[in-house]
Amino acid sequence: MSGALDSLYQQVILDHAKARHGDGDLPGAGAEHYERNPTCGDEITVRVALVPGTDRVESLRWQGAGCSISMASASVLADVAPGLTLDELRVRVGAFRDMMRSRGAGEPDDELLGDAVAFHGVSKFVMRVKCGMLAWVAAEACAVELAA
Amino acid sequence: MTTTSTTAGPRAAATTASRGPLSDDEAARLRADFPLLAQEVSGEPLAYLDSGATAQRPRAVLDAERAFLETTNSAVHRGAHTLAALATEAFEEARETVAGLLGASADEVVWTANATDALNLVAYGMANATHGRGGEPARRFALRPGDEIVVTEAEHHANLVPWQELAAVTGAVLRAVAVDDDGVWTAADAAAVIGPRTRVVAVAHVSNVTGLVAPVDEVVALAHAVGALVVLDACQSVPHRPVDVRALDVDFLAFSGHKMLGPTGIGVLWGRAELLGALPPFRTGGSMITTVTLDSAEYLPAPQRFEAGTQPVSQAVALAEAVRYLQAVGLDRVQQHEEALAESLVTGLSAIPGVRVVGPPAGVARSGLASFVVDGVHAHDVGQYLDAQGIAVRVGHHCAQPLHRRLGVTATTRASTYLYTTTEDVARLLVGVAGVRAYFGADDAVTAPAGEGDR
Repeated sequence: MSGALDSLYQQVILDHAKARHGDGDLPGAGAEHYERNPTCGDEITVRVALVPGTDRVESLRWQGAGCSISMASASVLADVAPGLTLDELRVRVGAFRDMMRSRGAGEPDDELLGDAVAFHGVSKFVMRVKCGMLAWVAAEACAVELAA
Repeated sequence: MTTTSTTAGPRAAATTASRGPLSDDEAARLRADFPLLAQEVSGEPLAYLDSGATAQRPRAVLDAERAFLETTNSAVHRGAHTLAALATEAFEEARETVAGLLGASADEVVWTANATDALNLVAYGMANATHGRGGEPARRFALRPGDEIVVTEAEHHANLVPWQELAAVTGAVLRAVAVDDDGVWTAADAAAVIGPRTRVVAVAHVSNVTGLVAPVDEVVALAHAVGALVVLDACQSVPHRPVDVRALDVDFLAFSGHKMLGPTGIGVLWGRAELLGALPPFRTGGSMITTVTLDSAEYLPAPQRFEAGTQPVSQAVALAEAVRYLQAVGLDRVQQHEEALAESLVTGLSAIPGVRVVGPPAGVARSGLASFVVDGVHAHDVGQYLDAQGIAVRVGHHCAQPLHRRLGVTATTRASTYLYTTTEDVARLLVGVAGVRAYFGADDAVTAPAGEGDR
């Protein structure tokens, strides 16, 4: 059993699911977006704040409830996003989405995705892809709003 | 029809003539009737503990449907040819068989697509009556603003959302019987809500989340005392225990075929003859009419009045075979078997540190299922972990979001049993669940996911 299960629950994911970087009070400024997975009830609110006067992400914070995959992916995203421009953030969300839709194929770009490459294994579990995408989809909506 | 004669079904088990719960040997023999259960999942023998969502089908049921399709398939209630007559006969015999299961007469049994469809049939029939359809006889179903529809906080969405819609289009008020912290409600709780304005009381006979068996006798007495109709969602009762509609004295009762060893795509609405005779149809079209002009139509009596369009004929034939299979085993024995398994589940799960079972506390009657929360681990992760051991459970809100909100959790994990469930299946589940918190590092968790594990 452990082989397949461990490829889903990489230690990085289990650690992030517990550490929950970026979880907590949402800062007042910036864009906010709520996402919900109606099949399991997982939900998340992501707030992205920019360095004033720039298009560079100052912080990405979130609040949510869900499985370890959805919470860990939000935690990883909170590490990845700060310092990126909105365009760079959208490129990373795109790369993450491509990886999550890969069904385990190819090699993810760890320079681009950092710890998020740990979710490559999740892409083989089709029913969990949405869990992994939840925070990233919310962040993408924030980026679109902030760029407008 | 050679295939049906080769399938002994559960007769080998039934001929032992013993009573009481099924023995392990009997359950194992029954299990062998179900081809799907013979496979491995994740390299382990399948422990299928998700029958509350959908049950598996024995060879006898699969063969009955195939035999019908290979020899008899035809449109029913039309056509003069030999096969059309045979198909119609099989279709109506299936109705007789289901009626026999319920202690009802055949003209009180309406085929629907599933239980959700059956409940919508009642709710929308009442909406149509409110709009004046069905004439004078249907006025008994018409709702006025301020009339009350009563459900419980524990209902499956299928027995909640149609009533929300009915309230919205009629101005009626939807009221809910409160449940306690375990998701349990009593006759006294129902009495606090059912009152002079109550017109409909719609409750689950057995909760799909908690396994609670509703106090139907008391609810019926309360409802009928104020002239209200009782609609019973019997999805989790008819497949698992003897149900007699006359003894229950309810007014409508709905269930699905696929939860009782039968096919998907077929469900049943039972209604009292005088009620079905007065209720306006929900769906209209072919097969439910007598005379049609360009302006209007006259309708057939029940049950055909509610069966517009092409019917699930092979599914009805297969469902009847499923009923015979269950009757051969004996639904009283199925019930005892599952109650014994439920006791093992509740006792075993409750003994695992960090695991909380929702629903009736140990010692109080519950049907053969248990939903539980693992502190610090989301139900999805619990289910995934168990799946890697070949154990199939349901995770999520089980189509009962208000109940989960009331219990203070977003999701639970549910193990549900059936006549083919063995003590070995339950033992494997308990071993699996015991390993969950260590795997996810929750046994030393400092931060548990919000909404999970707070107690």
